Amino acid sequence: MNVQSKIDKTAAEEALSEHFLNSLGSLPGSPNVVQGRDKMFAALLKDGLPTRRVEAWHYTDLRRLLNSVPAGQVDGHAAAEAGLVENAKVLSILNGQIADDFGTLPEGVSVSSFKDALADGSADLHFADTEADDAIGQLNGAFVSDGYKIDVAADAKVEAPIEIQFVQSAGQSHTRLPVAFGENSNATFIERHIAADEDEVLTSSVSHLTVGKGAHARWVIVQGQNVQSTHLGQVNIDLAEDAKLELYVVNAGGQLVRQEIVAAVNGSGADLILRGVNLLGGNTHTDVTLKLGHNVPNTTSNETFRNVVFDKAKGVFQGQIKVAQIAQKTDAQMACNTLLLSDDADFSAKPELEIFADDVICAHGATVADIDPAHLFYLMARGITEKSARGLLVKGFVAEVVEDLEDEAIVEALENIISEWLQKNG
Amino acid sequence: MLEIRDLHAKIADTDTEIIRGLNLKVEAGEVAAIMGPNGSGKSTLSYILAGREDYEVTSGDIIYNGESVLEMDPSERAASGVFLAFQYPVEIPGVATMEFLKTAMNEQRKARGEEELSIPDFIRKVKEAAGDLKIDMAMLKRPLNVGFSGGEKKRAEILQMKLLAPQLCVLDETDSGLDIDALKIVSDGVNALRDPNRAVVVITHYQRLLEHIVPDSVHVLYKGQVIKSGDKSLALELEENGYANVIEAAA
Repeated sequence: MNVQSKIDKTAAEEALSEHFLNSLGSLPGSPNVVQGRDKMFAALLKDGLPTRRVEAWHYTDLRRLLNSVPAGQVDGHAAAEAGLVENAKVLSILNGQIADDFGTLPEGVSVSSFKDALADGSADLHFADTEADDAIGQLNGAFVSDGYKIDVAADAKVEAPIEIQFVQSAGQSHTRLPVAFGENSNATFIERHIAADEDEVLTSSVSHLTVGKGAHARWVIVQGQNVQSTHLGQVNIDLAEDAKLELYVVNAGGQLVRQEIVAAVNGSGADLILRGVNLLGGNTHTDVTLKLGHNVPNTTSNETFRNVVFDKAKGVFQGQIKVAQIAQKTDAQMACNTLLLSDDADFSAKPELEIFADDVICAHGATVADIDPAHLFYLMARGITEKSARGLLVKGFVAEVVEDLEDEAIVEALENIISEWLQKNG
Repeated sequence: MLEIRDLHAKIADTDTEIIRGLNLKVEAGEVAAIMGPNGSGKSTLSYILAGREDYEVTSGDIIYNGESVLEMDPSERAASGVFLAFQYPVEIPGVATMEFLKTAMNEQRKARGEEELSIPDFIRKVKEAAGDLKIDMAMLKRPLNVGFSGGEKKRAEILQMKLLAPQLCVLDETDSGLDIDALKIVSDGVNALRDPNRAVVVITHYQRLLEHIVPDSVHVLYKGQVIKSGDKSLALELEENGYANVIEAAA
């Protein structure tokens, strides 16, 4: 007989269990959703939170790293901030709650409450079975309370970016964003996470981006929470024929951050562009995990990550690309470049290509380096002090990645975030 | 303005001595040409003047405006008026050329206790200098030296020299990779900077550049030493007969 001794729950697991029990009955949901939450939570803690023995979590031992979990109920008050760019339409999520009034929406964009969707049964499909190692999906599924459900109409050309602004003053929130880009639509979204107060927060957010035939979507994730924050994010992506998604991820905050990107390239001619910047300092841990499937012939993807790591920070990039047997003529290029700027800084890059088709172009490269002394000498030989020369080079190293974005206002805003972060932490 | 006294220097972390007892004096207002065969230490000398860490001065001294520069880092030397125009300017992706120019000019001003330039003043200065060197402003919108042709890189070096207005200009093989037209533009740029208060050290392989930038003195560098000095006629003599005679005579 095989008896496994029950492992003791960690403090975080205890707190989550207690929160789940307390939340029973108060979280919104149809009968299927209520059942689904139970299933999700049971799956999450079946063997405890994932440890390094779970392959997908090997470099981010959540059980060890999640030391505590703040209270589920939030007493504090969260206030929305100005948008990242001037012309953005801000849709805020304050301590997990969406706005009562969405205000004037750009033409072609419709928004509804995910809380209502949870209650009326239209969100039931979000509670289908999850992968065993999908701890973020499970945690979010168990606790999800609200979110925006957004539709961009077919052929709509939305000029102004839409900013989904998550502001958390304390406690926890778990939100979901199903966003559908109609055929041939064109729109830009900013997903911005803010926790400016001193309090500890735990947030999870799961997005589902469905990019229709011929649509061109841009999605910019900006993580700027305080150093008491744990953020677990997941973006699920489905690209139809000739659809294009430009996904930008800028991590510049948080204590423990994991951003998962799960992308299915399902239509011929589809193109995924992923650009990431990780600015890591202090004693923080940041993980970006990509699972990308090229599932049909004639698709392209291009992923570039640039990381700078100071102090005792630890960063992780896991990049898995699977090319299905029928997915001939796939072109997938992945690069992950890191500047390690202290002896105690650490970055783990794990590219993983699984290619079942034989006529494809796939490449990956990972580099770890210090600042190039020839570059430093050149700048100093022009009278720039060593400190500001290093600052220029570090900023240049990461800023190059965000400059690919066409929207100049967003590029400038991201460059400012980078400069401010480097000023504070560099 | 510049006096190099019995300088010995080696590649840091090795015992390879490159400069072996070099003496040189350059006065304010003077244009001095340094010529020499491959491997004589010409580029090394330029790097040592600018303060590159890859080289270690083991003995001797470099006196600039009456003070030793050996303890100064490259940015301090630059702020005090030393400028090296690189033979191979490095490409630095991600660093915008204009931002680089603004930072360099303002940091030098700051180091000298002067006010920072206003943005309009800065742009005006750059436009003026760029126009003289036939540099398109679009080129300056690109990252520093990235994708510049050989000629564009050299012109960008002279642009920086003009904007930073140094007292001691060291030009390392500025003619390499230039066609005749670009050579003319670059030489005109350098000649425009000739000034009684400024010294220019032109390091070159060929006499060709010295037809455009006519030197006051010519020094032959061989195995890390100045083995012969003379006026501009020495350059012509070298062009005609090669280095062999001079080297033989010095041996």
